[in-house]
Amino acid sequence: MMDLLNILLSESFWAASLRIATPLIFGVLGALICERAGVLNLGIEGIFVVGAMCGWMAVWLGAGLWGGVLAAAAAGALFGLLHAVLTVPLGLSQHVSGLGITLFATSVSYFTYRTALPNVSSPPRIEPFQALDIPLLSDLPFLGPVLFQQTALTWLALLMVALVWYVMNRTALGVAIQAVGDNPDSVDAQGLSVYGLRIGAIVAGSALMALGGAFLTMSAFDAFFFGMVNGRGWVCIALVIFASWRPGKALFGALLFGAFDALQVRLQTEMGALVPGQIFLMAPYILSIIALVIAARSADYPRALLTPWFKGQR
Amino acid sequence: MIRIEPRENPSRAFAIGIPILSAVISLALAAIPLLAAGANPLTAYGEMIKGVFGSVFALSEMLTRATPLIFTGLAAALAFRAKLWNIGAEGQLYLGAMAAVAIGSGYLDAPGIVLLPLIILLGAGAGAAGMMAPTYLKVRFGADEVVTTLLLNFIILIFLQMMLEGPLQDPMGLGWPQSAPVLDQGMLPPLMERMRVHSGLIIALVLAGIAQFMLARSVWGFKLRAVGENAAAARHAGINVNRSLFGVAAISGALAGLAGVSEVAGLKGYLTSDLSPGFGYTGIVVAMLAGLSPAGVVVAALFIASVFVGADSMSRAMGVSSFLADLVVSMSLLCVLVGGFLAKYRILRTREAVS
Repeated sequence: MMDLLNILLSESFWAASLRIATPLIFGVLGALICERAGVLNLGIEGIFVVGAMCGWMAVWLGAGLWGGVLAAAAAGALFGLLHAVLTVPLGLSQHVSGLGITLFATSVSYFTYRTALPNVSSPPRIEPFQALDIPLLSDLPFLGPVLFQQTALTWLALLMVALVWYVMNRTALGVAIQAVGDNPDSVDAQGLSVYGLRIGAIVAGSALMALGGAFLTMSAFDAFFFGMVNGRGWVCIALVIFASWRPGKALFGALLFGAFDALQVRLQTEMGALVPGQIFLMAPYILSIIALVIAARSADYPRALLTPWFKGQR
Repeated sequence: MIRIEPRENPSRAFAIGIPILSAVISLALAAIPLLAAGANPLTAYGEMIKGVFGSVFALSEMLTRATPLIFTGLAAALAFRAKLWNIGAEGQLYLGAMAAVAIGSGYLDAPGIVLLPLIILLGAGAGAAGMMAPTYLKVRFGADEVVTTLLLNFIILIFLQMMLEGPLQDPMGLGWPQSAPVLDQGMLPPLMERMRVHSGLIIALVLAGIAQFMLARSVWGFKLRAVGENAAAARHAGINVNRSLFGVAAISGALAGLAGVSEVAGLKGYLTSDLSPGFGYTGIVVAMLAGLSPAGVVVAALFIASVFVGADSMSRAMGVSSFLADLVVSMSLLCVLVGGFLAKYRILRTREAVS
């Protein structure tokens, strides 16, 4: 019991929680924007992969770290655009299109990686983002190591929470995006473009998802591996329901998940002799299902989620 | 101005033509990655055809690959018909495989006539149980089964690793995470001498036939389709929707479980954590290419298996990554999706003034 308390009070535990939460923050925000506009984006898992691969590869080719971030976002936006075209003007099944995007984006990434690097035994490394060392702030007790020794991408994720919150709640654009996910007819009646808003939201959301992937290869690790995304995208789809499509709660959900994941790693080392380690590895996925079950009953889904809308057809 | 209008009578020719066209287009599109990899597409296609149809052995390999895909394709097709989104066939496959080795690799030393049916039944049961849980969460709590089945895949895969390092580990396996081999009398007999194609294929084909008949002709199939087309209307008409959902969940999970049984007891003989290279997920593509028709699943599974076996063989001959097969498979899914749109709607050009 003392051990658990020691873990929960340690700086490294909370720093790790925030680090693990970072890709999920990007992913949940991205999924949130898509779903608020009325479109489920199950392409998320594949878009994570493509973001991870493109970000890493751009840096490996010499584009610089921020060049890699841009490349990842652009690749994510491109696959998002494909999902948008299939689901918005064509109104095709969002489930099937999303799964198709995930399979397509993953195989494009793997094929490209294998073709560029046919005979490597160990994946080539890049120089990843380093922890930002902010004078004075980094030396604060507790908060210093937890907050001020994270990489720039973690800060970008936190910034995005604020930005998405601001756009969704304080701007006409945000109101329009939410309206298009609740009642597209009313948006159309006001002379706004339902297609334009939905497509734009999916493209922007997918770019954010890809940054979640880019964090994996450019900050958490320094290379690209097959299978490295490992269900993180699907976790985000569960967390966005848990977060009731709100940016603030999305941050909370991602942090909760991050803390839980960081805890299971530490418990695994402490109790590894007593219980098989896999029990702990399963825990985050089980937690996601539990969160989903708890949230599902009172979930206030965007009303037009999954419903295609065609112009001139009521 | 472009207008989209539903077709009055979606023609039957579309239902068959579109999947075939999608398959052809996705194969043609593979020329782009082939060129990018510096390979001559025509030579590559030639190698792929040779790799599938070039010898009896090649053909047997293709049928071996198609077997689990028929099972997982049926699992997806039946569930999707009822709009139950079972994306968990990958996990259910492993549940079936675990059940098969748990009973079949020495725990019960019974004659084959007892052991083999028991392995099949337990494997199917384990898969069914794996789909009942998310269906219960959906019906009782409204938890989206897409997310729960996807997450369960990861949980089951970790559970599998735990079993393979624990209770199911082969004591003679030098510490490798693999199960003990299934007893000889518990194995599905091979169909041809010195070939890998096995009688799991026959089971898959028979089940596809039964599913096709039941879906089209039986009351059960009628209810299933009614639930999928409009659950509210089906409920109004007196159909017990939840019972239909649980029923199809059990059957869908059982079929996916049988894919695992067939791979373990028909092909590999023992269980490792890389038994399936994504057969569960590929089954979704098979089902969609088949237009969710069980008979179509057989044809689609043969096509997808050809792509995989052909690409593997081409990859060995020309050094192009075999991820090409995954690319073709995913593109065929997107193509058939767009094709479904063209079958259902027509696109008309209208003048602004008229509207």
